[in-house]
Amino acid sequence: MGSDKGNSLISSFEKKRNVILLLLLPSMVLIFGLLIYPLIYSFYISLLDFSLTRPGVTPFIGLNNYIQALSDDFFLSSLLRTIYFAGVTVSVEIVLGIVVALLLKQKFRGRGLVRGLVILPWALPTVVNGIMWKWIYNANYGALNALLSRMGLIDSYQLWLGEPMRALHSVMFANIWKETPVGVLMILAVLEGISEELYEAAWVDGANTWQRFRYITLPLIKPMIGVLFVIKIVWAIREFDLIYIVTRGGPAGGTTVLSYLAYLNGFKFFKMGYASAISYFIIVLTMIIGIPYIISIARSQREVV
Amino acid sequence: MTAASNKNLISFLLYFAVGLLVVVILTPYLWLFISSISTKRDLTTIPLRWFPPEPTFENYSRLLLGGTGATDAASQFGRCALNSLIVASMVTLISVFFGSLSAYCLTRINFKGRSMLSFTIIIPQLLPPVALIIPLYLIVRKLGLLDTRFALIMTYTSFILPLVIWLMIGHFRSIPPDIEEAARIDGCSRIGALFRVVLPLVAPGIAATFIFAFIIAWNEFFYALIFSSTQSSKTLSVLVEEFSSKFGEDYVLMSTAGVLASLPPVALALVFQRYIVQGLTAGSVKG
Repeated sequence: MGSDKGNSLISSFEKKRNVILLLLLPSMVLIFGLLIYPLIYSFYISLLDFSLTRPGVTPFIGLNNYIQALSDDFFLSSLLRTIYFAGVTVSVEIVLGIVVALLLKQKFRGRGLVRGLVILPWALPTVVNGIMWKWIYNANYGALNALLSRMGLIDSYQLWLGEPMRALHSVMFANIWKETPVGVLMILAVLEGISEELYEAAWVDGANTWQRFRYITLPLIKPMIGVLFVIKIVWAIREFDLIYIVTRGGPAGGTTVLSYLAYLNGFKFFKMGYASAISYFIIVLTMIIGIPYIISIARSQREVV
Repeated sequence: MTAASNKNLISFLLYFAVGLLVVVILTPYLWLFISSISTKRDLTTIPLRWFPPEPTFENYSRLLLGGTGATDAASQFGRCALNSLIVASMVTLISVFFGSLSAYCLTRINFKGRSMLSFTIIIPQLLPPVALIIPLYLIVRKLGLLDTRFALIMTYTSFILPLVIWLMIGHFRSIPPDIEEAARIDGCSRIGALFRVVLPLVAPGIAATFIFAFIIAWNEFFYALIFSSTQSSKTLSVLVEEFSSKFGEDYVLMSTAGVLASLPPVALALVFQRYIVQGLTAGSVKG
């Protein structure tokens, strides 16, 4: 392209408003078309008795889908499972994240290599993580049974995914394995930024290891822990892939969390209205946790600008 | 004396903990790899053979080259890998291109409602995909686009583009506006300054965002599960899952497909780890 021609074309666009439109519009069209519009449409569907098995007949039923959900025991137990899943996995991930980050902050041989390895679980596709653990938990030939019986910890092979509570914990373990590295790397990034002088000064003042952690490290990583807590809870509430792949929500619904319940109703029972209502409950859950976080980011940004 | 032995003990504990960490991280994935070079008989003997007496890479050639006697799923591998590559690349290109322009606009140009708009960019991170999939499915079905790569590219863009904008806002902020102003005083137009001065400076940030977005797009599973059904759009994520459910219980082939599907993101993440950490931190905290 001739640069003279390009320049004159561009200078005619020089008006600020046009520049803004040119830069922003494509993204905004994509985001609104593919995100905001579907979101509104989804709310509308949640007010209909919309079944794919009955095309063309979608009577408006107001909040009936929501009422139906709240009076359904399986919905309520799925809600509790979702909260349990998110609460426990995230707490464990954050505690482990702090411990491992502190470990990787120490000086030892091969530190760079070990730090590099930590990212592996994060990078694995969720599908590969899912089939890997499903294979490890396999009742007949799984490596976990083989390992534990070799170590003499179990007498006979166990059905790790055969009983509701145990299956839920097995899936949670797989999730913790995959999600912990994010916390480790982010906490480690903060730790790297703490000045050594702080610790040296504390050392001179006679502070022991625990005191140095309690009064220097912990306050400085606290903001990051807060952030991790929020985003991880949101991710955990949305979790679908792992549950679909490892247990399909079973056995006996024992690993059915809200995302899976919504999928089940929408794409197995074709009840689109009811499924949309369930997914709106998930949105409410994630927003309750996420909105205060967004507001706090907005505040901190205003200070920067 | 005691101080020295104390130090030895601490050093021992440190290496023990590091060793434990490495074992916990590597063992599951290593087991997947060992399974992929075993034979079905090695894996179904009790007590389990922890390492195959005769490791074989036959399954890799079966998946990658098709070969004779390839099962239905195995013969789909190449096609699905191509789908994954095309979809992930297109999503990344579109998102990084439009996302960078928007992020530039949101950091450098003052206009009414700018800060509001910047914050709404984070909201998609809070939305459960399952809430969007029902309307998107109905729309895509109506348009006759089910089971096309186009549908996957568009729907992935809906959540990767906001993420890219958010990451790129951080990168643009790190470049002092003075440089750009100097270029404009020298007679550059705003767009000219963007392309000639700002973009080259922000190139490392773009590269980091590119890799981050590509890994997320490559690993995506849920949208592909709903939207694709045949080889014309099925991605590796969906195919690998089918190995573990649909096509009997071929643990060896399943493991092989899993290892192969994870190679691109794992290799990228290991090589560009610094970028990933940057992306993770910026994506959640800084703006």
